[in-house]
Amino acid sequence: MAAILLDPLAAIGRGTLGACRAIGDVALFAIEAVSHLVRPPFYGRLFWRAFVEVAWFSLPVVALTAVFTGMVLALQSYTGFARFNAQSAIASVVVISLVRELGPVLAALMVAGRIGASFAAEIGTMRVTDQIDALTTLSTNPMKYLVAPRLLAATIALPLLVLVADILGVMGGWLIGTLKLGFVSAAYLKSTFDFLETGDVISGLVKAAVFGFIIALMGTWCGYRSKGGAQGVGGATTKAVVASSILILALDYVLTEIFFAQ
Amino acid sequence: MSNGSDDRRAQAEPSTGGLSRSAMTNTPKIRMRGVRKAFGPKRVLDGVDLDVAAGQGMVILGGSGSGKSVTIKCILGLIEPEEGVIEIDGVDVLTLPRREREALGDRIGMLFQNGALFDSLPVWENVCFKLLAQNRITRAGARDRAVEVLAQVGLAETVGDLSPAELSGGMQKRVALARAIAARPDIIFFDEPTTGLDPIMGAVIDGLIVDCVTRLGATAVSITHDMASARRIGETAAMIHKGRIVWTGPAGNLGHSGNAMVDQFANGQREGPIQMELRR
Ligand SMILES: Nc1ncnc2c1ncn2[C@@H]1O[C@H](COP(=O)(O)OP(=O)(O)OP(=O)(O)O)[C@@H](O)[C@H]1O
Ligand SMILES: [Mg+2]
Repeated sequence: MAAILLDPLAAIGRGTLGACRAIGDVALFAIEAVSHLVRPPFYGRLFWRAFVEVAWFSLPVVALTAVFTGMVLALQSYTGFARFNAQSAIASVVVISLVRELGPVLAALMVAGRIGASFAAEIGTMRVTDQIDALTTLSTNPMKYLVAPRLLAATIALPLLVLVADILGVMGGWLIGTLKLGFVSAAYLKSTFDFLETGDVISGLVKAAVFGFIIALMGTWCGYRSKGGAQGVGGATTKAVVASSILILALDYVLTEIFFAQ
Repeated sequence: MSNGSDDRRAQAEPSTGGLSRSAMTNTPKIRMRGVRKAFGPKRVLDGVDLDVAAGQGMVILGGSGSGKSVTIKCILGLIEPEEGVIEIDGVDVLTLPRREREALGDRIGMLFQNGALFDSLPVWENVCFKLLAQNRITRAGARDRAVEVLAQVGLAETVGDLSPAELSGGMQKRVALARAIAARPDIIFFDEPTTGLDPIMGAVIDGLIVDCVTRLGATAVSITHDMASARRIGETAAMIHKGRIVWTGPAGNLGHSGNAMVDQFANGQREGPIQMELRR
């Protein structure tokens, strides 16, 4: 503490260097993990286990988030748009904001909490109990065995989850639209699909894949580099969730800029 | 404990080929020279020199925290020393490309001090993990092999289906031991193989280690604090103190070796050249 007060410049410098080192380390870690995806042996069973964990067991959380978000969106835009007599735009507002933005981001944030934490805790525990070293002595590359299948699983699972979230979110909006706001069901659905473009859906799914990769990457990296017993694993878990959440929001901006800025 | 036909099969396996080669040329199986390693400001190894002859049982002794586990992890390539030479069969492993180093690791077994069993896998898969990883065995064959090895460490067949978390500490240790020897390695490291076992089981495990050395022709490096066990499993003993090997000699002489430090350690005396240091 005293050092920070006495020598702020040194502290800033140290922090910057530490951040640069971490970024470089994550990048190398990611490259190595991805390179294992194209070199045998492949661990299909581990991929499948991770995939079920990410896709299937995240489904309830993601589904609930999506339904309520769709409902809130419909309600909010109604109260706002009624001032301009623009209620007819509600269906398209709901679907476009969900598919482009809220579906991927909210699903990713929910999954970051579940999966990022569980990857970091599991791999972190294996690290501090020598299980990762044991893998090495048992002719198994821990990057290939632990990290690569999880990265692949999350990268594939997230777009699927987001697809479900999109559908359920639109359904939530439709429920509020027809039951509460007095839209005719067919007309609501028609204006939903009239304004939706394939590009909207694709961009959302690409975002989801990137977010999935980031969640698994931060989870596995934080776990892999953790040290110092239970406390270290706890710290790694927190770090994984915070880092992946922030990266999701930052990358969301970057990707939106790439997709939609003219 | 172990049945004879099994061991003959093991000897016919190509994995023990490296042994005869190094025995012929008389190169030590493991050779360490000037190995140094520090963690931050704390110097743990300060120039370790150690030779282990092929087919020998070597015991490493030393106080708690003196760097025994770190020494073994350096040989295994799990910890990268700052300086020094580590040779296995005359090949400098520290400068070896990663792939070749991994290939070398295929013939080495390790029992970790805390077991380090995979808790996501049942015991039998833990035991045969290496054989499965190297595709040397089918999954069905692995089960049978696991039962066989578990019997050698005194565990019943039913233990194979349990998860490691369901075992007692001593049972975990024995499963870890079974895992270390299941692939019939050429070199085996045992980090405190009998700690936490009752005296009878300890003697059984010692017998198993001796078996690995005498009948399978493996080279075994064991860390132990138990002098009776050290005399049983070791032909040679080495004592590490303050980051260096301070004594090497026949394990039978422990306690009356003529080296004051070793004798103090072996006889568990409070007075002597080794002062208990408070860790800073
Ligand atoms: N990964 C690590 N990071 C930092 N320090 C370490 C690490 N591993 C070991 N050490 C330090 O190195 C020293 C030697 O550790 P080591 O595990 O080799 O002891 P040991 O001789 O095996 O002791 P014991 O008989 O208690 O197992 C200890 O003081 C420990 O604090
Ligand atoms: Mg130790």
